Amino acid sequence: MDPLCYLSLLIFLPTLGAIILFGFPSKAVDAMRVFTAAITGVVFLMTLQLWLGGSFNPVLGTIQPVQEGVSVPWIASWNIHYRLGYDGLSLPLVVLTGFVSFLSAIASWSIQKLHKGYFILFLLLVTGMLGVFLALDFFLFYVFWEVMLLPMYFLIGVWGGPRREYAAIKFFLYTLVGSVLMLVAMLMLYFASGREFSLIGLAQQAAAGKFSSFEQTVAFILLFIGFAIKVPCVPVHTWLPDAHVEAPTPISMILAGVLLKMGGYGILRIAFPLCPLGAYYSSYALVAIGVVSIIYGAFAALAQTDFKRLVAYSSVSHMGYVTLGIGVWKLSEAHGIDFWLQGVSGAMFQMIAHGVSSTGMFFMVGVIYDRVHHRDLNQFGGLMGRMPLYSGLAAGIFFAGLGLPGLCGFIGEVAVVISTWNYDPLLAIIAASGVVLTAGYILWTMQRVYLGASYKGPHSEEIDHMPFTAREAFVGFTLLIAAIYLGVYPSVVFDVMDATLKGSLETLEKAVATVGK
Amino acid sequence: MQPLDFSTVIQTLTQNAQNVWMPHFFPEVVVCVTIVLILLASICLKRTARTTFALALIGLLVALCGIGSQLNVVGSGVSANPGEYFGGVLIWDGFTVPVRGMLLLFAILALSLSGSTMKFGARDATDFYTLLLGSTLGLLVLAQSNNLLMAFVGFEMASIPGYALVGFQRHRLRSSEASLKYLLYGAAASGVMLYGISLLSGLTGTLSVSQLGSHVAAIGSQATGATASHAVIFSLLLIFVGFAFKLSLVPFHFWAPDAFEGASAEVAGFLSVGGKVATFSLLVRMSLALSGSMTGEAAKLVLPLGIGLGVVAMASVTFGNLAAYFQKNVKRLLAYSTIAHSGYMLMAVAALLVLRSPEGASSGIDVKQVTQQCIEGLVFYLFVYVFMNIGAFGLTALMRNHFGSEDLEGVKGFGRVFPIHGACLVVCVFSLVGLPPLGGFWGKFVVFYSLFMASKISTFMMVVLLVGGLNTVFSLFYYIGILKAVFLGEPREGSSSLVAASSENGLAMLIALPILLLGMFPGAATDFASEMARSLVR
Repeated sequence: MDPLCYLSLLIFLPTLGAIILFGFPSKAVDAMRVFTAAITGVVFLMTLQLWLGGSFNPVLGTIQPVQEGVSVPWIASWNIHYRLGYDGLSLPLVVLTGFVSFLSAIASWSIQKLHKGYFILFLLLVTGMLGVFLALDFFLFYVFWEVMLLPMYFLIGVWGGPRREYAAIKFFLYTLVGSVLMLVAMLMLYFASGREFSLIGLAQQAAAGKFSSFEQTVAFILLFIGFAIKVPCVPVHTWLPDAHVEAPTPISMILAGVLLKMGGYGILRIAFPLCPLGAYYSSYALVAIGVVSIIYGAFAALAQTDFKRLVAYSSVSHMGYVTLGIGVWKLSEAHGIDFWLQGVSGAMFQMIAHGVSSTGMFFMVGVIYDRVHHRDLNQFGGLMGRMPLYSGLAAGIFFAGLGLPGLCGFIGEVAVVISTWNYDPLLAIIAASGVVLTAGYILWTMQRVYLGASYKGPHSEEIDHMPFTAREAFVGFTLLIAAIYLGVYPSVVFDVMDATLKGSLETLEKAVATVGK
Repeated sequence: MQPLDFSTVIQTLTQNAQNVWMPHFFPEVVVCVTIVLILLASICLKRTARTTFALALIGLLVALCGIGSQLNVVGSGVSANPGEYFGGVLIWDGFTVPVRGMLLLFAILALSLSGSTMKFGARDATDFYTLLLGSTLGLLVLAQSNNLLMAFVGFEMASIPGYALVGFQRHRLRSSEASLKYLLYGAAASGVMLYGISLLSGLTGTLSVSQLGSHVAAIGSQATGATASHAVIFSLLLIFVGFAFKLSLVPFHFWAPDAFEGASAEVAGFLSVGGKVATFSLLVRMSLALSGSMTGEAAKLVLPLGIGLGVVAMASVTFGNLAAYFQKNVKRLLAYSTIAHSGYMLMAVAALLVLRSPEGASSGIDVKQVTQQCIEGLVFYLFVYVFMNIGAFGLTALMRNHFGSEDLEGVKGFGRVFPIHGACLVVCVFSLVGLPPLGGFWGKFVVFYSLFMASKISTFMMVVLLVGGLNTVFSLFYYIGILKAVFLGEPREGSSSLVAASSENGLAMLIALPILLLGMFPGAATDFASEMARSLVR
């Protein structure tokens, strides 16, 4: 199949599904559930096909299937193209999107009202996410970036918890502020480059030193704020606990599993290559923001009594490693870019690993919430005896989040912390101490929820009435297996992205070394 | 002067009709004839509500077809003579033809909307459609006037039926109050504008818009230049008051919320869009004339004028958005949103003036090309605005019909009961916010790009751009307030049994679909808009 058609089909298959869903009778709830799960399942298989189907060459390190991305003119008079493609940077995230979407579609059985609207919006959201990762035209990227907002607003606002309206508008506003800043940067670069929107073309011009260092600095700051909101970095993270807590379980899974990764991806795909000088000048700020996020998120998580809020703050903390790993750029004398490469690879791996572990954690919170209808950490306990299989799976997933060696959370954190040592030992020590805090809040949580003598909270009888279903077990097992697999054999991700990251970091290094200093 | 005999007069008239009216002003003639026919029909026929609606619709459609046959003037394939007619009073070129098409299309939408949502008796229908068409005729004249006096006539022709339309619901006190307010403001603004026009024509010796620039420049080079150019600035300001009133720009916006809240939603939709399209097309023409041929001292005026418009634009956008935030009535909220949108559109004109100032010409940018880009953006914005604003007001009318309320509190759950209306409302509202992939985003994007280019000439334009951008974020607050009420609120008891007529659904989709298409495939429309700009800026 023609690659352009294949990628377009991949992106718009969920939209097609959403249109078909319109025709379903509102009463056919089970049919809609199965249909949505089937569509996302096909999407997941299609993303796997991209990776394993032989069309991706990990050694190449450039955009595939063609160097410039497959494209057709979209708005010709503005030089805007419908340009798609993937490389080692985006492919793992595309696969992650397919994976998380599929699992959260299965987790969507727990949605109790207005099913038709929910599934339609869910599928539109999937389209937006895939589009963001596959777009190689800045304008197209921006469009997909915004397309995600609309379904997300309604998914949180209609199907969310008690404070859903507040959370939904907060999420929307934060992201929109970021998008407007991104829009200004986009106009700046479009003007400075002589009407260019292609991300590859813009990156080449930036590497050739076409943009002045002032333009690069301003554009980088604008872009970074936009993406940092999504990551989320402290201090622009405050939308996240609200959105995560109020969103229904499957949407929390998508938020944590995929949406946060768009921030990191945007920094690596757009902010760095398009403004290498600005990025280089800001590297210390990035590292500092990363470290602050790690520590702040961990302390905030320690203080929570709401189970879901705790997991949300753990996301802030874990995503701090991503910012940290990306930022450790030092024009180093002896080692070249080795340490930085390690940091960025670690950050990328951390994104994938967090995509698995936090998705799992939110799912686990959702499972117990569906039964006892509360999330107060102090009113749990003894679940290990009441729901052994669930508790066992949850323990595995939480250990993955903790960063236990052998599970996925470990690899990324270690790689990032090691590379930070070369940048600034003091910051490395602080970042590493975050691991202790993480262990603290996760173990304490497990103690309060799963261990202990008996369950003390309300709705105790519901735990027996609603056994852990096979559907839930399937989601849990899949996530745990993924966590173990990534932890034991991390090369499966590193192999995909190594060449790409190396190539792009070398280009950046060269751009700064020739122009900057 | 030789004495005119009757046959010569007739002959000249027929010749004129053949060579000038029919090929160029056919749509206006059709609208006039339609108005007469509607009035006649109301005398001859019974049960006239349906008939008059059909007559008006057919008349407008025929007029639109007339525009369609003239569209080949846009772009290179010029078949007929573009130029000034009736002694330079009206202008007919590749810009006015599509603008009039836009106005007629808009009138058709407004007419179909009122036809399907308003319930009135036979006599009322005649009055309503006559007034609507009369106002449309005024807008058509305004859009193509090349003479300040003619522009004034157009203003009044468009406004006076508007006053009556606002007060159309005779039994409602709010409606009459709104009409009176609108009338008083309008009369004052017209007076001020007329004073400005007379002052300017006295100073420059011309009323022609296209010759304005060269005449003003001539004053600047005279001995009394300094005093005279102050007077010119003053008269331009006075004329601008008239424009600002029509566009509901801050600080001449006070009438808009009251008038829109008092009028029926259909009328509010009509007033909020039509005036903008026609007025902006005249404003663009004036700005081009003023900035194009000015040389020497007078040319120094252009940059301050542009910056001044930028300030007004910022004020309108900010005030409109902030004030809208506190509104509980959907029509009033949308009224403030129209104030903000006028501001966004004015930003394009401000950028245009800045780019065409002497500073712009000496900065090495391709002035012609960037000017065209500004106009392209404005035209596209207006075109999307036609759909998104009439859509928003139209759906408000449907809320009123089905839920009996236009307050945010009273329309809760509307989108759940009527999913198709709700979906169309989402499209209109998010397009008003300016989110992709909807047409409103592209309009804002192109206007912002004009500002960005202008910021290379004057850094102040960067401020305008940032204010515009931030306001997009603010505006989300209140626009989403509508959607929040409509979707997130629980529907009232018993409302779930309500069913929408299929004609309503069809009309709502007919309005929402172009917004979506213009957002996803803006290429054709922007290309066309830039062709229009090209025929204006040669």
